[in-house]
Amino acid sequence: MKKKAIKDLIYKMADDELIIGHRNSEWTGLGPIIEEDISFSSMAQDKIGHALALYTILQETFGEPDPDTVAFLRPGKEFKCCHFTEMPNGEYDFSLIRHFLFDHAEKIRYEYLESSSEQNLVNLAKKITGELKYPVLHADTFIHQLGNGSEESHARLQTAINECFDQSLGIFELGEFEQELIDNKVFPGEKALRSRWFEEITPVLEGAKLKLPDIKNEEVGFGGRKGHHTEHLQPLLDEMSEVLTIDPETKW
Amino acid sequence: MENSLDPRINRLSLIKNDGSFALEKGENWHTYEVFHLKKRGDHHKHVGSLHAPTPEIALVFAKEQFGRRQKCVNLWVVPSREVYTFNMEDEDMFATASSPEKKYRDASGFKVRDKIAEYKKTHAG
Repeated sequence: MKKKAIKDLIYKMADDELIIGHRNSEWTGLGPIIEEDISFSSMAQDKIGHALALYTILQETFGEPDPDTVAFLRPGKEFKCCHFTEMPNGEYDFSLIRHFLFDHAEKIRYEYLESSSEQNLVNLAKKITGELKYPVLHADTFIHQLGNGSEESHARLQTAINECFDQSLGIFELGEFEQELIDNKVFPGEKALRSRWFEEITPVLEGAKLKLPDIKNEEVGFGGRKGHHTEHLQPLLDEMSEVLTIDPETKW
Repeated sequence: MENSLDPRINRLSLIKNDGSFALEKGENWHTYEVFHLKKRGDHHKHVGSLHAPTPEIALVFAKEQFGRRQKCVNLWVVPSREVYTFNMEDEDMFATASSPEKKYRDASGFKVRDKIAEYKKTHAG
């Protein structure tokens, strides 16, 4: 039972990383300036790397299929990513805000996992501690700069966060095995994560003169952790696996 | 930016930064020269330049642009406009150091490497 709970946790983390990594990589070649294009693409690549590391744990320790199969050949309803990661990029303001909100949560999640009872997760968390500093620094610096920049840059960030904040709470949708993970000291739980996330993002937003929006609907972004997704996920998966599915048996 | 113990250097704090910068209409971003440190104890070496509106963002960009394809433990960014240099046309001013009559000034003229190798060989073990 504990094994099932850990598997569920790893799947949702890995799927989040894979899907947001793919979304962010869609900016490659289209970023606002070349320097930012390189940075954003590189961070997207890191996310795919985290997904691979997590899928590898699932394969080696939990007997799941190999990472390529799991990443590219699973039907959408078996994915556990939250809706927030699936949403199309829209404008750069939304992508930046998503990057800011998601990456803070990601960093805290791995910080918690450094003291998990699941050794595979401890090892991974310790390995990528340093790597996780950069995306948060990048996000905070941009939020600060654009929030304090021009009237337009401030307004665009504020609008973007107003529009997506409720949905971002889908990151913290409780999983089926929440209590079990907490009791077994695998992970202190989404509620703990969410409250530390609030503590971390609030001062950054204040420093950028941005208002944390009032929450209108806590659960508007829920469903992903149970395999219910927005209409945006399947086309993304189809595109991601477009080449592989021509001939899944081919040796590369 | 935070002042470090070394008063010559400002370090970007990963926790917070308070600098903000507003571009005036029509103003270009600045260029920054990037210096890269391969390992502690080495010295920073110039590796290229980039565009950024603030020193903070220049550092953020530099990390991915210059720190991701090779080993790196630290970076400097310096506004290009703060670099003072000679005109390339005045290159002949330096001729003195490379002229054959003044070869004695050429530090590479003192060849000791062979002697050291020889000494190590005879004293080995």
